[in-house]
Amino acid sequence: MQHFKSLAFIVTSAALLAACKTPVKLNDTPVAERSTSSSTAAPAANDRDIRPVETGATDPLNDPRGVLANRSVYFDFDSYTVRDDAKPVVANHSGYLTKNTSRKVLIQGNTDERGGTEYNLALGQKRAEAVRRSMNSLGVSDSQMEAVSLGEEKPKATGSDEAAWAENRRADIVYQ
Amino acid sequence: MKKISPFLISAALLASATAHAQLRVEIAGVGSNQIPIAVAGFADESVAPSQVSAIIKADLERSGVFKVIDAGTVISDTANVDFSAWKGRGADALVVGSVQKLADGKFDVRYKLLDTVKGSQLSTLSQGVAPKYTRLSAHKIADDIYEKLTGARGAFATRIAYVNENRRARDYRLEVADADGEGMQVAVRSNEPIISPAWSPDGGKVAYVSFEQRKPVIYVQNLVTGQRTVVSNQKGSNSAPAWSPDGSKLAIALSKDGHYQVYSVNVDGTGLRRLSNSNGIDTEPQFSADGQSIYFTSDRSGGPQIYKMPASGGNATRVTFKGNYNISPRVASDGKTLAWVSQREGGYSLYAMDLASGQELRLADGATEPSFSPNGKYIMYATKGGGRTGLAVVSTDGRIKQRLSTNAGNIREPNWGPFMK
Repeated sequence: MQHFKSLAFIVTSAALLAACKTPVKLNDTPVAERSTSSSTAAPAANDRDIRPVETGATDPLNDPRGVLANRSVYFDFDSYTVRDDAKPVVANHSGYLTKNTSRKVLIQGNTDERGGTEYNLALGQKRAEAVRRSMNSLGVSDSQMEAVSLGEEKPKATGSDEAAWAENRRADIVYQ
Repeated sequence: MKKISPFLISAALLASATAHAQLRVEIAGVGSNQIPIAVAGFADESVAPSQVSAIIKADLERSGVFKVIDAGTVISDTANVDFSAWKGRGADALVVGSVQKLADGKFDVRYKLLDTVKGSQLSTLSQGVAPKYTRLSAHKIADDIYEKLTGARGAFATRIAYVNENRRARDYRLEVADADGEGMQVAVRSNEPIISPAWSPDGGKVAYVSFEQRKPVIYVQNLVTGQRTVVSNQKGSNSAPAWSPDGSKLAIALSKDGHYQVYSVNVDGTGLRRLSNSNGIDTEPQFSADGQSIYFTSDRSGGPQIYKMPASGGNATRVTFKGNYNISPRVASDGKTLAWVSQREGGYSLYAMDLASGQELRLADGATEPSFSPNGKYIMYATKGGGRTGLAVVSTDGRIKQRLSTNAGNIREPNWGPFMK
């Protein structure tokens, strides 16, 4: 009976913790009562521990309301430095990528439609590189990132006014 | 600014009805000292799928160099011509000819160029062509007329490549057409953007940048076989391909070292070599006509300016100094004229510079992506307006302008092909 109770406790707490979406190493859970068990057939504590595996369902990257859902870094006109208001976006993704080193991203730089095709491609590259360098300084490995440019070719906003241009002065973090 | 002269002519030459959406050509402005030339209907030309004399007339008119007089009659190349009568009608030259269907299904297209002042024959040609090449045979006759009467090689039989895109439908096409916009054929169809087409010097291949891999990658495609190879897919962006005059190499721009720099690469993708060395953007390389130098765009001094360096790399010298946005250098085939795009007073304009004197000429406003005709007499460029883009052509002296447009889609990124054998 004593044994059963303690097992029930462990299962319950594990379920509660899982509900909090916090992965917990069961090794850390106190199992002091178990050592008082008189059962001779009880398996070693480690054999009964469960290490939770995260599938996509609990990957914070897939949370549409999480901070990682914002993957766009906006730039000022004729500017190629990461703005202060965009730094949290860069920091959030850097945090995720440093913890998930198998994940890779394409950083796509964009420009508004004004000017020459190829020079805009080079300016979009400059924006992508600014984001790449910021993430690198926050510990993200260069092997996890590729900075590329889409120039003026893939505008998010299609208009030819300042609002549309501002929307298109942007770098997007695209997970691969 | 459009030059509106009292002699303004404007003509809309509608394409013959075919299944494809054709380019429409409008002409404005005339050259100085137009050569008056009468073009007669060719004997039996209705047997061929294209009306040869009409195509010749359209080519000569579009050039701005000729004042075309409709002869209003059919004259065969074998007919006796009353020179003085044509001279009396104001024609310095007369074009006559014939089309004959041959036993093997081909057409024999014959023509004569006559000097009505001297009463002599200036040139004659006889071409045996497959039915689908009757249009080309007419362009070749126009080329011959242009060369005999102006001394410069004609470019009517050349072709252009450009991108026709419908972003909403995610429909991007690299298209090839005759220089007059007719005879369009699709070379590449993609769901992702295509930019920067560049004809190989032999006219058999086109290099271009495709975004089908979610980033810019450079391809070379054989137009006849459709076979294509990746020339450069380095980490980062790969773009701005330009052929060396001998066709063996491409100058390209890569961001593999963190920012765009100019490299050279063999056409098969081997032998990659960095040529430029700056802390800024170096892009849009273009070989000089002799292949010894490379012009390119660099923002090493702040805003983008045009520079020139040895084709093997090394020290660069600045070429443009006026204005703080000068991009897209292109060199004429004679090596004497540089065309580029400059932003001054807000808009983007097409400029030409005499490289010997440094003298500049503004040729057109609202212009990007210039491309010289192979004879150096015209520059094709992209126009942007109200979100739509089209193509236009201006003569290098700025006197003659043409617009090419389509009913559907945006056309941009023009590149004028070389002379073909």
